[in-house]
Amino acid sequence: MKLREVKEILDAEVIIGDDKLDMEVKTAFGADLMSDVLAFAKAGGLLLTGLTNEQVIRTADILDIAAIIMVRGKRPTAESMALARDLDIPILTTKYILFETAGRLYTKGIVGCLDKVDAPSGHN
Amino acid sequence: MHPVDITEKNNYQRSFYVEGGNFTYAGIVSTSIKSILKKMDLPVDLVRKSAIVSYESEINIVSYAKKGVIKLTIDSRTIQIEAIDEGPGIPDIELAMQAGYSTADQRIREMGFGAGMGLSNIKRYADVFDLTSEVGKGTYLKMIINRI
Amino acid sequence: MDIETIVKELNLKVRAAGTNLRKNISGGYTGDLLSDVMANSQEGDIWITRQVHQNIVAVASLKDHAGIIIVNSCEPAKDTIEKAAQENIPVMVSDLSAFELTGKIYNLLGKKDR
Ligand SMILES: Nc1ncnc2c1ncn2[C@@H]1O[C@H](COP(=O)(O)OP(=O)(O)OP(=O)(O)O)[C@@H](O)[C@H]1O
Ligand SMILES: [Mg+2]
Repeated sequence: MKLREVKEILDAEVIIGDDKLDMEVKTAFGADLMSDVLAFAKAGGLLLTGLTNEQVIRTADILDIAAIIMVRGKRPTAESMALARDLDIPILTTKYILFETAGRLYTKGIVGCLDKVDAPSGHN
Repeated sequence: MHPVDITEKNNYQRSFYVEGGNFTYAGIVSTSIKSILKKMDLPVDLVRKSAIVSYESEINIVSYAKKGVIKLTIDSRTIQIEAIDEGPGIPDIELAMQAGYSTADQRIREMGFGAGMGLSNIKRYADVFDLTSEVGKGTYLKMIINRI
Repeated sequence: MDIETIVKELNLKVRAAGTNLRKNISGGYTGDLLSDVMANSQEGDIWITRQVHQNIVAVASLKDHAGIIIVNSCEPAKDTIEKAAQENIPVMVSDLSAFELTGKIYNLLGKKDR
């Protein structure tokens, strides 16, 4: 689906990336722990998170995440916004909690993306 | 950043300074490393693995150490990333490696770090993972991603 | 919908059962920051998280959650299981990601049209 539809499904506001709404997205990953995102999220998907700091933007850049959706009405800090502009990463914000956000997108056909390198046992 | 010549992809070395405690720039080194590897046209999965292990180790230096250096060395067979810091060191490496173990403070946690997953992530992505540490002095982490 | 039903539907592995798995689930909350979950989740929520630390049990207990599901096949720490038994909080493990598990539970709870 297009990022534009994601915006509609989530009743979201586009903070950065108005020109990117025709981008295609198929997968999403939801987390508030960056190491979790770094362990599992695939390139080209959406990142759904309640975090707003610069590390979220950096993590998205490292992983080639297509766009960041901030949940619970969270907005990027000024520094995050500058960095996201710099790195060209779209940010949308929705008032829904992560549970509702993921539920709505999943219902409309966005799929999860566990990039299983191997079984994540505790310590190996 | 100085321009990268694609012919350097079999022979390249560069060191980056990392400041402890400064989260404003945390991750900037790994962003640079990623863009260097991309410019060298290395396979995307190798670029991704390298960027992830570099980023996790950079965040650890910023989170726990006074200062450090990240050294990128590329030859025809491997991408090697070394994270060397001056800091408190790790008293019990086996414990630190356990998924879920973390000494991160509230500030680090609010940023989404401190889940105690970083080192196990690195171990999972790197073909060679070599961690040594001296308490009161610092930590040395060598990570190698094989190109072939 | 009770816990037992979603355990069956979604193939969850039960790590701590509490006294019974018949607890009713009234909603869901997905999140990994304990302060956020403390502030924003509701009584009766099933909590979906990647955290494995024993502190999750304290949060779930304080907020009267129906239970906790840990995602990405990650196992709860040993003291998490012990504490969950003490506090009577069901803890389950799923091999799905938080996104996918949330999507499935969202649909099971029948919130499609909201
Ligand atoms: N460079 C370092 N110097 C001193 N201690 C370190 C260093 N790197 C890691 N540690 C110790 O090892 C623990 C585990 O590190 P790891 O990267 O696995 O998890 P984390 O940093 O706590 O959380 P996460 O990486 O998931 O955000 C840390 O909490 C810290 O106590
Ligand atoms: Mg770490």
